[in-house]
Amino acid sequence: MEALKQELKSKIIEVLNLEDINIEDVNDDDPLFGDGLGLDSIDALELIVMLDKDYGIKLVDPKEGKDIFQSIETMGAYITANRTK
Amino acid sequence: MKKTYINGLGCISAQKTFDTVFLEEVEVLENSILLPLKTPVYKDFISPVAIRRMAKGVKNSIVASTLALKEAQLDTIDAIITGTGMGCIEDSEKFLKAILDNNEEFLTPTSFIQSTHNTVGGQIALGLQCKAYNVTFVNGSVSFESALLDAKMKIEEEEATSILIGGVDEISDYTTSLFKLAGYIKQELEGPYPVLNSTTKGVVYGEGATFFVLEDKKREQTYAEVLDVEILNQLDVEEVEDKIIAFLKSNTLQISDIDAVILGYNGDVEFDGFYKNISEKSFVKIPQVYYKHLSGEYNTASAFGLFVGANIIKTQNIPDVIKINAVEKSDYKTILLYNQYRGIDHSFTLISRC
Repeated sequence: MEALKQELKSKIIEVLNLEDINIEDVNDDDPLFGDGLGLDSIDALELIVMLDKDYGIKLVDPKEGKDIFQSIETMGAYITANRTK
Repeated sequence: MKKTYINGLGCISAQKTFDTVFLEEVEVLENSILLPLKTPVYKDFISPVAIRRMAKGVKNSIVASTLALKEAQLDTIDAIITGTGMGCIEDSEKFLKAILDNNEEFLTPTSFIQSTHNTVGGQIALGLQCKAYNVTFVNGSVSFESALLDAKMKIEEEEATSILIGGVDEISDYTTSLFKLAGYIKQELEGPYPVLNSTTKGVVYGEGATFFVLEDKKREQTYAEVLDVEILNQLDVEEVEDKIIAFLKSNTLQISDIDAVILGYNGDVEFDGFYKNISEKSFVKIPQVYYKHLSGEYNTASAFGLFVGANIIKTQNIPDVIKINAVEKSDYKTILLYNQYRGIDHSFTLISRC
């Protein structure tokens, strides 16, 4: 789980082109949207595609995303429980 | 009919064309087939949140347009008109590559949003909250002149009093490799690559964003008046002189009235004959200027040419680095710009001190 969380931080920084942010700057329980990393709806689409492409998880109900993408911690837990690759 | 004045400009190019007066810090890279941009500090102009998703062309255009508007002392404008030959080609490539690499699945929105040609004008408008006329011309190497012509007509017809126009294009890896294969860009390891008197095919390639504020009123900061623009798709080398004479005549001018001619020499021995023919004949007694050794060739490099022309009129000086011949004039009042690319997309632009 720890390795997955580090991997997620690295991928999010790269995929979303978060300039000036390093892995160490992102805490496991920081909110990804709003006050935390300040991600927006386009970033949410990028994260949905990343889940599908890299972990074989298809989010059929977009409302699920609100809980899954709360933080690195919640993303890691969801991926661990549902990944197909 | 209202007249059209250049009241502000901003240029991001392979030279330091911001925070300078006029080409006093140029660097001529004769051994490079691609001229890299001198980039500004984007964060001085764009918020970090917005910048992370922006294509290179969008960032450069926002900076160039911000500089132009600042110089013109304007916050709002009546129209945004953009010219681009290839659009934000870097993100177009990313998006198309993702389609191929992922077997048409997993397509993400960011590079698609940035990949369209009109994203530049759209994002400038978003930044300015400008909901006015916003058009992008994609007409090869007369894309910028098409934007200029549209703006001039809108001002003449009193449909607008202030217009932001610009030309923007990007270098991108894959398209560059295709242009090299096609022989449009010079071959590696055959340098140096002088733009004047070149003996090889292909061009030295570049990228940039050059924006202008055009208004219907002359003001203290006015650079020049845009007298006329003409676009011709295809000409033979021998036809150019007659077309220029006719263009000047329609403005009640003749070649001897021209104080400097700015030519789009790009170092391609196959097509520079269009310029050489008039350089060595009808314009031999006129100060001649070239600029693509500084900017590189790209579809909207002629916007850099207009930047050069406007500055010559404003400063009344032609820097040595852009002189083709040694002819000088005591007064640079009327300047003609002539550009073409690969024998098509010919344009004549006439500007004048006012």
